[in-house]
Amino acid sequence: MEIPYTVTARPDTGLWNAKVGIWLFLASEVMLFGGLFSAYVFLRLDADPGAWPHGLLNVPVGTMNTAILIASSVTVVMAWASLKMRKFRAYWWYMLVTILCGVIFLAVKLVYEWPQKFDHFGAFIKKDKLEKYEKYLGNHHLAEKGLAPRTEVSGHLHNKEALHDESVKEYEIAMDPVNADPTNPAMDRPHFLYVPPTDKIATIEKEDVEYANMFLPKHSAYFASYFTITGLHGAHVLGGVIVFTYLWLPVGTKLYKRNPEHLANRVEVAGLFWHFVDLVWIFVFPLFYLL
Amino acid sequence: MMNETDETITGEIAPVPANGHAEHDEHVAHNVAKHIRGYLLVGLTLLTFTGITVGLSYINFGTQKANVAIAMLVATFKAGLVAAIFMHLWSEKRMIYRILMFTAFFVLGLFFLIYLAWYDPITR
Amino acid sequence: MDASSGLATHPHAEHDPHGHDAGHDHHELPFWRKYIISTDHKVIGIQYGISGLIFLFFGFSLMMLMRWQLAYPGQALPLIGNALGNLFGPGSMPDGKMTPEFYNSLGAMHGTIMIFLGIVPIAFAAFGNFVVPLQIGAPDMTFPKINMASYQAFFIGGIVMLTSFFVPGGAAKGGWTSYTPLAVIADKGPTYDPFWNGQTLWLVGFIFLITSSLLGAVNFIATIIQLRAKGMTWMRLPFFVWAQFVTAFLLLLAFPPLESAVVMQLMDRVAGTSFFMPSGLVVNGQALHISGGGSPLLWQHLFWFLGHPEVYVLILPGMGIVAEIIANNTRKPLWGYKSLVFAALVLGFLSFIVWAHHMWLTGMGSVVSAFFQTTTMIISIPSVIILSAFFISLWGGSIRFNVPMLFATAFLPMFGIGGLTGIPLAFNSADLYLHDTYYVIAHFHYIVAPGTIFAVFAGIYFWFPKATGRRMSEFWGKVHFWPSLICMNIIFLPMFLQGMLGMHRRWYDGGQGWTLAGEKVWGLSGFQWNTPISIAAWTMGLAQIPFIINFFWSIKRGQKVNDNPWEATTLEWTAPSPPPHGNFATTPNVYRGPYEYSLPGREADFTMQSEPMTESDRKAYEAAAAAGVH
Repeated sequence: MEIPYTVTARPDTGLWNAKVGIWLFLASEVMLFGGLFSAYVFLRLDADPGAWPHGLLNVPVGTMNTAILIASSVTVVMAWASLKMRKFRAYWWYMLVTILCGVIFLAVKLVYEWPQKFDHFGAFIKKDKLEKYEKYLGNHHLAEKGLAPRTEVSGHLHNKEALHDESVKEYEIAMDPVNADPTNPAMDRPHFLYVPPTDKIATIEKEDVEYANMFLPKHSAYFASYFTITGLHGAHVLGGVIVFTYLWLPVGTKLYKRNPEHLANRVEVAGLFWHFVDLVWIFVFPLFYLL
Repeated sequence: MMNETDETITGEIAPVPANGHAEHDEHVAHNVAKHIRGYLLVGLTLLTFTGITVGLSYINFGTQKANVAIAMLVATFKAGLVAAIFMHLWSEKRMIYRILMFTAFFVLGLFFLIYLAWYDPITR
Repeated sequence: MDASSGLATHPHAEHDPHGHDAGHDHHELPFWRKYIISTDHKVIGIQYGISGLIFLFFGFSLMMLMRWQLAYPGQALPLIGNALGNLFGPGSMPDGKMTPEFYNSLGAMHGTIMIFLGIVPIAFAAFGNFVVPLQIGAPDMTFPKINMASYQAFFIGGIVMLTSFFVPGGAAKGGWTSYTPLAVIADKGPTYDPFWNGQTLWLVGFIFLITSSLLGAVNFIATIIQLRAKGMTWMRLPFFVWAQFVTAFLLLLAFPPLESAVVMQLMDRVAGTSFFMPSGLVVNGQALHISGGGSPLLWQHLFWFLGHPEVYVLILPGMGIVAEIIANNTRKPLWGYKSLVFAALVLGFLSFIVWAHHMWLTGMGSVVSAFFQTTTMIISIPSVIILSAFFISLWGGSIRFNVPMLFATAFLPMFGIGGLTGIPLAFNSADLYLHDTYYVIAHFHYIVAPGTIFAVFAGIYFWFPKATGRRMSEFWGKVHFWPSLICMNIIFLPMFLQGMLGMHRRWYDGGQGWTLAGEKVWGLSGFQWNTPISIAAWTMGLAQIPFIINFFWSIKRGQKVNDNPWEATTLEWTAPSPPPHGNFATTPNVYRGPYEYSLPGREADFTMQSEPMTESDRKAYEAAAAAGVH
């Protein structure tokens, strides 16, 4: 038994099977990320004024990762074109670069960006205690300018034991620039560039705190959606890298010798998936890093 | 290049040398080669516009809504380029367009109706 | 999209490296490769079918247990109560008396299992897998390995769901809808494991089930687009294939938003996020230590974005099955084939934009509710078109009332009742009163239980000869059918009454303490109606025994039949019974529509799709066209 149209196109639809398959799969992926993004929109619209943070992510690193992903999209389409032109060596190199780009992207995410967040701390002040910490929040200044108030003091937690130890009554935070110098107009829309916390320490009593946590998914609706969406996106990148590696290994070479068009089709299908992953990132990047 | 009959791109051609052109339709190779410049150009455009988005985010366009709208406009343009050129949607078969039309309708419906539901609670 | 132009099977099988394990060697495969990890669409279909039937009966058994508690609240279940208590652990049925927590588990898992592990796998995956490639003249699904993975993901999901009964605290208790924030705070605390608890496993199981559905849906659509036989144009597809096609699209596009919601709820439970948790939530008098800022309403939107298309996922395959059987047993073409196809497409399309009619009580504004009420009203039109076409098809036919046809005919009024009683629920003013009462239960069960499940039974009796080469017993089929039909109605008709008396669907005591339910209807109070309902439910359980015995007995001992015992017209009946791996000895060519019964000028009253045109056919078609029939 043989299934027709695995490599050649069916005349009336002009498509081979896997192409239909991948586009259907991508359609479902659109709906998957559509669900997540609509959740993001819903939560962001629903957030109290000032509750959606701004400028917490490292823009240069994010920009670099965006560039890496775009570059890999170019190399994967070049890999496919090389196969179509039956230039196997070129294919092999382009594919290698694609895989490396994927790996670098993941490494930057998992080794640098995420751990840096996990190491950061933020404490949301109770509404009736905001006045007490005015010198860190600068809400009078913001109100004059008609901007949304700040409710969070963030930075590096000095006394980490405060997170778990009930007997410790306050948090000692080496503040981020935005809290260290809250009335500076430059902080009205906070820095996009990563700036290390200052050595200015704020002491915040636990009983004044509404909710405090490291920058983990549970820290806020913002980080919840950030980690979930980038996590799921990262899982897709990983999936793509695995498929590319499979096609790049000798298995792919063997298939090329037997039927180069089949390998080209497989690379095209995997490439379509990869472009989609890139496309999702094009929206993730401004939504989380810039806006 | 999927319009060839079964004979021209037959699925089961004899083994070819790993990097040779043997038995392959020159016409296909030529067609693909024509597009390579385009792919590189699109890649460069995407990189440029990534820079532009970052740059634009330093400018305050008055309201947060305007900031979001402009950033999303640039992102949509970039995504459109990826879809049209890299994913070959510029010239794809009708069946694919149909599938994507439905998908686009439903995903926009999802966004729009959830937004509407947020915008119009009974307490308003 | 004319498939008749230059399609050919590929003559290059001898070059194909995989060619040798196809077609002719299915005897050499060891058992585990032939039946356990097979990539053959028919084996996968049967795997889905049998697992689905087992889950269906299991889910029904959960309900039979609940019916005891509803009819005799707080009383110990005789005979098996203690044994069940031991089986499900200390929190379930101490001394044979059901705890409220266990009752909630049973309710949540009944819904989940019936829908996602019972009906969808049988009506969509089993029948779709087995029948669709045969009906379109394909050798298999386009992606056989993905097809296998789909079943395996389903199987793992099912096992995870079943496992959740035996973890500390028992299975999920938040209802099949798992509404937040309840579902996020349920099954948490010192007596629960942080991961191995009912609700978390429900979510994990769901991710597997959704993955399985997606893989299946991609496969179905690609198969129908790509692998139709030569001459099988879109308008020559049997209606069953169309129904499966639309269903697959619904699964493909509606499930992913729920998957994203499930991932978010999993994050809420495992990583402590607040996607669906509002600020300032107080549980048992204690403020929860969470960030808040989430929205419970968001879950409902994403859930019902799947939830409503899911209703049509449940019913469309049933309609497809019924269409085949009605055409076959009335011995005349299905009335209004084209309108049926377009109605199914419109149904699928509209089903995506009606979902919020499940949420009238969440406080939507007038704009939103006007929108959703309008679309909900409109969607009843294609449903009515489909049902009317079936009824008109019966008109003037010399109907053969064999067992498949009995079930198919019963489907029509049952589905009709279910559909019509849904109309009051579509208006938010009426729904304010009926929401979450037994009326809702009765309404959707009429569609799914005597609706889809009867269609499923009809399909099993109808295609059983194709799968085994033997026919199931007609006599025992009737013994199965009549009690099932009567019991179904005794179960669900009184629920309309109970609902209108205001009885809430999730009460643990069956409404014993509800004074308004003391009002008597036909001599029984709302609460007292529970007893006849429960007795009918248990009787219906007994009525399935003839089916189970008939099913297994007929596999080996049933009456042997030829390849086309029902004298049907579609392509699956041209293949041998059971069809070998690869299905057809030579790929069939298709020359005509799917329901050419009683074609004038033909000796037999059925003309297969693969029979070439004759001169008399041409005349018959011309005459019909002149009379405006086609």
